[in-house]
Amino acid sequence: MAAAHKRPNYIGVFWWLLALTVIEIAVIYLPIARLLIGILLVGLALSKASLVAMYFMHLKFEARTLGLIALTPLVLCVLLIFALLPDLSATPHRTTESPQVSASPH
Amino acid sequence: MSQVAAITTAIEPAESPLTPESWGKLGMWIFLAADAMSFGALLAGYGALRYGSADWPMPANVLGIGLTAFMTFLLICSSVTMVLALAAIQRGDLRGLRTFLLLTVLGGLMFLGMQAYEWTHLIHRGLTLTGNPFGAKLFGTTFFIITGFHGAHVTGGVIYLSCYLVQALLGRVAQANANAIEIAALYWHFVDLVWILVFTFVYLL
Repeated sequence: MAAAHKRPNYIGVFWWLLALTVIEIAVIYLPIARLLIGILLVGLALSKASLVAMYFMHLKFEARTLGLIALTPLVLCVLLIFALLPDLSATPHRTTESPQVSASPH
Repeated sequence: MSQVAAITTAIEPAESPLTPESWGKLGMWIFLAADAMSFGALLAGYGALRYGSADWPMPANVLGIGLTAFMTFLLICSSVTMVLALAAIQRGDLRGLRTFLLLTVLGGLMFLGMQAYEWTHLIHRGLTLTGNPFGAKLFGTTFFIITGFHGAHVTGGVIYLSCYLVQALLGRVAQANANAIEIAALYWHFVDLVWILVFTFVYLL
């Protein structure tokens, strides 16, 4: 099937991947909320991963079911994160930027 | 003859296979889906440990973003040379296959060399599997396990592709073997895809 389709523009995909990588690095220095940076980074990374899977791995030109097989681990990982949530909420959470030491003694 | 044709039609499977080229390709996809789950579990575990830690350092302050950004660029380039190698053998161009496969293997080797340099540098600064002078100890543990697991995949990929490179140099690869190269290419692109995620989650976030 892969040989039958029209060959994608690989160099075009390369420039997209390069541009998205540069944007990713620029995003971490943006003066915006950490959460927003996180959302942007995850979005950009998933876009890059999709480009590699769709064009370099030819998933765009394969049977739909093969794409579903490839998507399975992503779905399972989201479920895994939900499975880990109860553990996370039991842990005291503080920001990562600079660890704050409580001034008042216990 | 018509009887033979009738029998052939009768045993034709009701559904066409997912990968008509070969079962090997489907096998590789299923392996990659399973392997993606290993990386997914490692990254989910990383997220959980980081979220629960009070003194997790900002990765950008400890790890070199410039070097790893270049490593990302290198893997993307090697993915491009890999698709060009496959395209070459699909049209029967053995010379093109040799050139692009060699460039892909070199890209992989350069990546591994830079990772070795990065690890050595970080270990000299005190970041080890069990120690981290910049904050949470588990930062070092997760960093070395995740990048190490990926590095092992790159090493496997370099060996895998080198086998085909040797075959190609000996003139033992022909257009008819394009499917085997396609399967190897799937593995190599997967290694690139995983690095894109590792770079974002471990270095940038």
